[in-house]
Amino acid sequence: MSAAGSVKIFVPCDAAALGVGADETALAITAEANRRGITVELIRNGSRGLLWLEPLVEVDVAGTRMAYGPVQSSEVAGLFDAGFTTGKPHALSHGATQELPYFKRQERLTFARVGLTDPRSLADYLAHDGYRGLQAALAMKPADIVACVTASGLRGRGGAAFPTGIKWKTVLGAESQQKYIVCNADEGDSGTFSDRMLMEGDPFVLVEGMSIAGLATGATQGYIYLRWEYPQAKVALESAIAAAVAADYLGANIRGSGKSFQLEVRMGAGAYICGEETSLLESLEGKRGQVRFKPPLPALQGLFGKPTVINNVISFASVPIILDRGAEFYQHFGMGRSRGTLPMQLAGNVKHGGLVEIAFGMTLRELLYDYGGGSYSGRPIRAVQVGGPLGAYLPESQFDTPLDYEAFAAIKAMLGHGGIVAFDDRVDMAAQARYAMEFCAIESCGKCTPCRIGSTRGVEVIDRLIAGENAPKQEAILRDLCETLTYGSLCALGGLTPFPVISALNHFPEDFVKPVRAARAAG
Amino acid sequence: MSDAAPRRVIPIKVEPLSTLSTAARSTVLDICARLESLPGALLPVLHAVQESLRYVPKDAVPLIAHELNLSIAEVHGVVTFYHYFLQERPGRHVMHICRAEACQALGSVALEAHAKARLGVDYHGTTRDGAITLEPVYCLGNCALGPSLMIDQRLHGRVTPERFDALLAHSREAT
Repeated sequence: MSAAGSVKIFVPCDAAALGVGADETALAITAEANRRGITVELIRNGSRGLLWLEPLVEVDVAGTRMAYGPVQSSEVAGLFDAGFTTGKPHALSHGATQELPYFKRQERLTFARVGLTDPRSLADYLAHDGYRGLQAALAMKPADIVACVTASGLRGRGGAAFPTGIKWKTVLGAESQQKYIVCNADEGDSGTFSDRMLMEGDPFVLVEGMSIAGLATGATQGYIYLRWEYPQAKVALESAIAAAVAADYLGANIRGSGKSFQLEVRMGAGAYICGEETSLLESLEGKRGQVRFKPPLPALQGLFGKPTVINNVISFASVPIILDRGAEFYQHFGMGRSRGTLPMQLAGNVKHGGLVEIAFGMTLRELLYDYGGGSYSGRPIRAVQVGGPLGAYLPESQFDTPLDYEAFAAIKAMLGHGGIVAFDDRVDMAAQARYAMEFCAIESCGKCTPCRIGSTRGVEVIDRLIAGENAPKQEAILRDLCETLTYGSLCALGGLTPFPVISALNHFPEDFVKPVRAARAAG
Repeated sequence: MSDAAPRRVIPIKVEPLSTLSTAARSTVLDICARLESLPGALLPVLHAVQESLRYVPKDAVPLIAHELNLSIAEVHGVVTFYHYFLQERPGRHVMHICRAEACQALGSVALEAHAKARLGVDYHGTTRDGAITLEPVYCLGNCALGPSLMIDQRLHGRVTPERFDALLAHSREAT
């Protein structure tokens, strides 16, 4: 609650906002307020997810948050002149944040608090329904917690979409003195940033979700494996963990229940493969991030050989609301076997990039145009890559595919972690296919031959193909090589790299033809 | 862990001709002593070494191996596996440019070319004045506001060539 006469102003501390000057804007607001003798309570919230408006400054006017953005530090004095502290209009004002169509049409379950609260404040978290899921779980038997998660229909949000409850049940049933909960926060897919936004904007919900997983399976130690590229998330998580420990939400005796759960953040060091769960476990053990053979499943022999729940950030963060509101509430959202909501991330060449949490079932076209507003460059969108660097490139003719795990699988594509990267008509799809192979070569862990060597050969074959050296033969070799990668690789890196390559070749064959390329280059 | 295998002792001779300074050596030893009891301590140790010394010197590898009771090959294998660990002393600032698809869709290929031309180095190189080391990175999680780069862990979005030049000038002035 703001003190009498003081104005509550929100400036995000989300990395994307910082990257376009949010810190400078916050400093300018404080300085300008001091100069004018206005008392301001400045809160550094997470991002609302309307990233094209960052830095998005919000002013609390009689309980309604009024949005102004993008606000650069140079525009702060003008905002004060216009009277933005009382919600007066300005060229940058957008009215009430909650009434913005981009925001209003979303179904924010997992991201309910992100951007709304102060991510460093446990009190704020508690005031916004925080820790209600854990309170419910503390009164339940482990098997009932697992049954609740299973009944919700929650599937792993990291990309593989495996039912979360089934995984937990396996760990619960495993006999061991020590079990672990591991959070995969190695969000390496290009076009995805929902994990980062959540960890920076509402770190407590991840801590709560992992604690519930601990109660459900009998695990007492948790690790968050975080990529080094997310330094702000590290700060946010470590401060949330310290606050949770101080208030007995973590530790040897959670809220006096006698149950124990400890949590630690561990940093990755720049290896895409460590997003693969067994590589991640190897890395946590202090080794090279090389993929393990499965079986044994990590649920039975995971970290240090012990039964381990390993889930994505969004999967864990979806759990508290399921325990709080019940499985049926969550189940109610979505379509087919894809239940609940998925935080989609609109990225790349799109006008209104950001986070859109919606129930499964909306089409790609609605997302790209109704939310995304078309391309950033103003040119036609020619191709869209969904699901990260291992996701297929989709042409315009496939934009009506509904966002649903099964619907995407049916067109040989995948939703993955919900990242959507748009490209305009200047994209060279042969270059994108080549990059997919190059990326696989750079990031391969080296354990299996199709991925380690096939990726390098793939780059060479694509080079020969676009150079027009006996093109039909090169294309046949490329397709054959992709088949070897698909069926012969140990994990998804080698196994799915053919997705972007073959989809580019199938949907955009003209980009691989030398005379067409030459004509295009000539203008 | 209670049921862990008995501790193997791998005898390692720490390089007699080590070029590690006394100060750097004691930094590495302090870090190892502080973190060695962590399960899977090697990555936290390497992060701490890089944070203190700005890179993981070659001559620190046998020392770390000895302190953590690992083989030199194991430590070397880990240092070289992860892109983030630097084996050479970097310039005063480290710049990571995102090469991933979402940034490509917003012109990062042109930004890379501009950066390399302005700095006069390729990836993994350091400018002649010792100011900047250029490294590639595969996604900074800023995919709606690309092209992106990071200078010393500070993210910058919507980096046009003009903005790049301004950031570069600012970094060169800063110590």
